[in-house]
Amino acid sequence: MASKTKNNTLKLKFDTSWSYAPAPESKSAASINKQYDLFINGEWVSPLSKKYFDTINPANEEKLSEVADAGAADVDRAVKAARNAYEKVWKKMPAKERAKYVFRIARMIQEKARELAVIESLDGGKPIKESRDFDVPTAANHFFYYAGWADKLEYAFPNRNAVPLGVAGQIIPWNFPLLMAAWKIAPAIATGNTVVLKPAETTPLTALKLAEIIQESGLPPGVVNIITGAGATGAAIVNHPDVNKIAFTGSTDVGKIIQRAIAGTDKKATLELGGKAANIIFEDAPLDQAVEGVINGIYFNQGHVCCAGSRLYVQESVAKEVIRKLRDRIESLIVGDPLDKNTDIGAINSRSQLDIIHKYISIGKKEGAEMYESSCPLPGKGFYCRPTLFTNVAQSNRIAQEEIFGPVLAVLTFRTDDEVIEKANNSPYGLSAGVWTDKGSKIFNMTRRMRAGVVWANTFNKFDPTSPFGGYKESGFGREGGLHGLLPYLELKQYS
Amino acid sequence: MPATASAPIELQVGITLITFIVLKLNVMAVANSHLRIPDFTLSPRIDQVGAEERAARFTKRSIKKESKLNGLKLVLNMIDLTTLEGKDTEGKVKQLCYKAMHPHDAVPGIPTVAAVCVYPSMVKVAKKTVDGSGIKIASVATAFPSGQAPKEIKIRDTKYAVNEGADEVDMVISRGKFHAGEYNFVFDEIAEIKEACGDARLKVILETGELGTFDKVRRASDIAMHAGADFIKTSTGKIQPAATMPVTLVMLEAIRDFYYKTGKMIGMKPAGGISKSKLALHYLVMVKEVLGEDWLTNEWFRFGASSLANDVLMQIVKEKTGIYQSMNYFSVD
Repeated sequence: MASKTKNNTLKLKFDTSWSYAPAPESKSAASINKQYDLFINGEWVSPLSKKYFDTINPANEEKLSEVADAGAADVDRAVKAARNAYEKVWKKMPAKERAKYVFRIARMIQEKARELAVIESLDGGKPIKESRDFDVPTAANHFFYYAGWADKLEYAFPNRNAVPLGVAGQIIPWNFPLLMAAWKIAPAIATGNTVVLKPAETTPLTALKLAEIIQESGLPPGVVNIITGAGATGAAIVNHPDVNKIAFTGSTDVGKIIQRAIAGTDKKATLELGGKAANIIFEDAPLDQAVEGVINGIYFNQGHVCCAGSRLYVQESVAKEVIRKLRDRIESLIVGDPLDKNTDIGAINSRSQLDIIHKYISIGKKEGAEMYESSCPLPGKGFYCRPTLFTNVAQSNRIAQEEIFGPVLAVLTFRTDDEVIEKANNSPYGLSAGVWTDKGSKIFNMTRRMRAGVVWANTFNKFDPTSPFGGYKESGFGREGGLHGLLPYLELKQYS
Repeated sequence: MPATASAPIELQVGITLITFIVLKLNVMAVANSHLRIPDFTLSPRIDQVGAEERAARFTKRSIKKESKLNGLKLVLNMIDLTTLEGKDTEGKVKQLCYKAMHPHDAVPGIPTVAAVCVYPSMVKVAKKTVDGSGIKIASVATAFPSGQAPKEIKIRDTKYAVNEGADEVDMVISRGKFHAGEYNFVFDEIAEIKEACGDARLKVILETGELGTFDKVRRASDIAMHAGADFIKTSTGKIQPAATMPVTLVMLEAIRDFYYKTGKMIGMKPAGGISKSKLALHYLVMVKEVLGEDWLTNEWFRFGASSLANDVLMQIVKEKTGIYQSMNYFSVD
């Protein structure tokens, strides 16, 4: 019996004789074409660039499909289609008619939920549990929510005439491909804009499936155009003179490039960029639930989350206990095939991202932090990383300052409220934060003083279409979701 | 006396003859644990929303094929087959005991249940019936289910059950005293019942359906474990809600923290409201992921249930034959 051993060597054994048999979700729900063209003006057109590139399954490095690589001429074609649809159809359409299309897209996402979930996991590496229970339903909800706003803008902004901006160029990241497409497209078209959207080059497939849904929904041609490509395609969208608005979610570095590129133009922008969220556990917190929140905060979606709680601040009096609980919890996380229903942590999105994560892990070791990773086996093929945490981390360590965008947690300790607020705010980022305490007044004190766009109290990584999301400082500006999410796509004019 | 004798409880309990005796018992109960008796008002707080979310996450595990079959057998082997009715007779108890030993002889390789759980008056006949099978006899005691009786009577109730041959005693805590904040009373009572149990293992029923909050469930769990419980148990089955996954999770986490503090393993028994195999497998997932390998045995985990066994048997037969049989093929005892 394990209890015979001394206190300091006690360890629970999570590698149990009773284990879970593989429970893979069937791939048959997903139909993926061999090749995808560009979705422009309601049709699939081959790229003028004549170029295509592969998209692979990061879980086994096998090719899934190839997609068009849109050049500047293709972007121009897409923007022209969007402009044409805006001027001739969309801005003239009564808002309640616009709403019906948005609503229809939401319904069709629900109808094809299973297929979308499987493709999302195949193309991006995220566990099917998350794409099935989070990404796809939340994407549908976003369309439902903004469908409701379309004909109620005069109530959202009383005494103002809310008019659309025109053509929105939208560039989205690879961590939540379908969901980010929904975050971008739904408010834009509900408010009467038309869209040119580019998904990330490693995860284009669900956006292309969404294009199929949009085509089937009967949305007027050109209202939504979806084109694929890498950075050069994105740059062509940003620099196109006939685009009125840029909405970008991605890295802070690219966000800065976009800011420079649109300086001196009248293009509006919203940027949702990186983060290094502080998750703060006070000694009076419900520790087991806090630990669970920390686990969700950093290991959700392999840590590929801009608002991931990657800096954990624990009050010193409970630090030992919290770290022990974290280590135990990590042991029960299952890393493996994204399509297996029991997988908690899937594949890292790409080889290059895996390299970045490995780089930071070795930096952390060199900086003298203590590393702990789960003992779980990793699949032989594909890009995988064990859930990892570093203790004995200092504020000056790079792993505590820079966004790793992977399943790596930096654990720091603190003594007083003022100290932790100062440390939490001591970051160029300010996207999100978390506070864990049993004391209500402390929550309000903390949330008021924290420089972060979203602060979660006794929970983490909760998303809802009704709630605005966005950053402070180098985490970007502008809000998505909620009533606030309408504003970046509207100009508010005085009635005269 | 070891250092534990200077526990803060001395300050809280009036110095009378009775409390002197109680104190000695307390010391005995915790002597092995190398732990001071904590201030139970400082038991960890539980966030209800978080606990419920965590519990729901266990239900997302997909248990298929051999892990399902092995899990079902494990579940069957962890059942305390229970009858606790005013109308219980020797005939009824004998039939239940036979079912416990031979759950479904039509299919070979099916394990027995862990124990048969009865009222003290039925212990003797039950013990005799299961003799030699390895099945334990558990008896409820201490004025089950309300616990509203003087301590002396509860102790006699316990001793009677043990003398009749009970291997395990399922006691109830005094919820009234607990709600009144008299934690020392609750603690002392458990310690004294533990003493009365002798070699029998003590399961302490918290009756979580009457406690109201997870904070209180956690506090009652801590009191019971420190006072000498071998098992902590959710419910009598007479109060709704009985066992739920979130409440069981809170108790499993209390057991885990106690284990890390003292090195002492405590068993867990959710009881009441678990009648389907699928739910029982979810509980098993929870034990596996919170406490791990050492608790995945009927020495440390039990289901208190009466109708669960037949549903598990039906599922086992389905796993073996691929066909669901009607409930008419499974004996009702």
